[in-house]
Amino acid sequence: MSIIPAPISRFFHKTASPPHFYALADKLIPWLTVLFLLLLIPGLYGGLVMAPADYQQGDSYRIIYIHVPAAWMSLFIYVLMAIMGGIALVWRIKLAEVMLISSAPIGAGFTFIALVTGSLWGKPMWGTWWVWDARLTSELILLFLYLGVTSLYGAIEDKRDAARAVSILALVGVVNIPIIHYSVEWWNTLHQGPTVSKMDKPSIHISMLIPLLLMAVAFKVYYAIAVLQAAKLQLLKREASAQWVKSLLEKPQ
Amino acid sequence: MSLENFFAMGGYAFYVWTSYGLTLVVLVFNLLSPVVQRKQLLRQLALKQKREQP
Amino acid sequence: MSLTQAVWAIIRRDLLLAFRRRAEMANPLLFFVMVVTLFPLAVGAQANLLQAMAPGVIWVSALLAALLSLDGLFRSDFEDGSLEQLLLSPHPLSVLILGKIFSHWLVTGLPLLLVAPLLALFLGLPEKAMPTLWLTLILATPMLSLIGAIGVALTVGLRRGGMILSLLVLPLYIPVLIFASSAVDRATSGLPVTAQINILMAMLLLALVLTPLPTAAALKMSVN
Repeated sequence: MSIIPAPISRFFHKTASPPHFYALADKLIPWLTVLFLLLLIPGLYGGLVMAPADYQQGDSYRIIYIHVPAAWMSLFIYVLMAIMGGIALVWRIKLAEVMLISSAPIGAGFTFIALVTGSLWGKPMWGTWWVWDARLTSELILLFLYLGVTSLYGAIEDKRDAARAVSILALVGVVNIPIIHYSVEWWNTLHQGPTVSKMDKPSIHISMLIPLLLMAVAFKVYYAIAVLQAAKLQLLKREASAQWVKSLLEKPQ
Repeated sequence: MSLENFFAMGGYAFYVWTSYGLTLVVLVFNLLSPVVQRKQLLRQLALKQKREQP
Repeated sequence: MSLTQAVWAIIRRDLLLAFRRRAEMANPLLFFVMVVTLFPLAVGAQANLLQAMAPGVIWVSALLAALLSLDGLFRSDFEDGSLEQLLLSPHPLSVLILGKIFSHWLVTGLPLLLVAPLLALFLGLPEKAMPTLWLTLILATPMLSLIGAIGVALTVGLRRGGMILSLLVLPLYIPVLIFASSAVDRATSGLPVTAQINILMAMLLLALVLTPLPTAAALKMSVN
């Protein structure tokens, strides 16, 4: 690994060592929680109270403040998982494996939220719960990809092997996501004709945009908190017999 | 804007509040389930350690 | 032994093994035909309905037949240890795997072309769509084998990998399904299909270059 200067590599190895990371996560989580609330509360207030109703969709458009950030997160987390997978495969950093597998349920959760809120938004707009709209279809396929990752990890007994398998799968998935996305979009224009998708670009006013961005950042901070919590659990599971866990247990809780 | 109006969401109350409620449930679950599992694991590990070194 | 010789040796060995078990070779074909037969029975035999559904039905059935045959790609080699021999060879594993995938495709993918006319007849697909159906099968079934190989390599070590294999592989098959069935669909109404065929060719080239690497990595993981 001569490309990376030694001090930087040393810093990464120190930060990525399980006991150090465990302590760091403990220190970070309270700060992140404060930041999350500072973003979430004005975001929700701005979105649900301050922003005016849409001239076409009335108040139903307010689902946008969770639907769109959740859809962004679902993609963002998958890409992040693939990056972690790449790091895990190349440098064999245990922490990257842990972060990858800790992210999967959170990403699946956001994908599920995006799907269900999309359906709940679609009902008053389209008149049915489900339309084979390009965005919803891609989101559904993304959910399958997430479920593939979690079930493959669960099926392989040896968790080191499972982490490698999942890293490979995440990388394969991330190469395929753009291909799937554009195929579905192309398929949609072909079969649906020019449907007026009202969910596309509601005439967004600045008073609507600011809460949307606040919610998007709040979801990112939420992800950071949730992934740290999940990573702490995974680290303990893997390192149950390590010395640092033993000394952690001796400390009064 | 009155509180009733706020909860009515211009007639879309069901869709809007179901969306927000469900999101809350999923997010809280994903946040708390590792915490609960970790507490359990720590308790188990502590018990095991006590048994091994009397 | 040079690399090309090694690849040829693998292809010859796999073909020989496949021909010794001729009865097994027919299974995916039979499955393909049977799934297609189920559709008229399920939705009714109105000619116009069947014709409208034909490209989709044939392609979904081809996908399922390919999925069913995938397990044989590495399973027996994994069980008798010859996969470990392959991993120990001095040649790049990803190239050797291409040989295995190629012979697997010759045995399971190519025969689908033979029964395609029969199925087209069953579903009332017009004759002018036949060349397109063949062309899409030629271009797309190798892709099914190539993409599927990743999934098999990941799950070959598992005792019950079948369900997970379909969960892993089917989402990745979606682009193939979309473009292949759309090409056949357009051909039935006499529209040009060059765009779809070009995209399928591009995807095939991409799959040829990109899929052997993760397959090799996954096999190393499964075997160790």
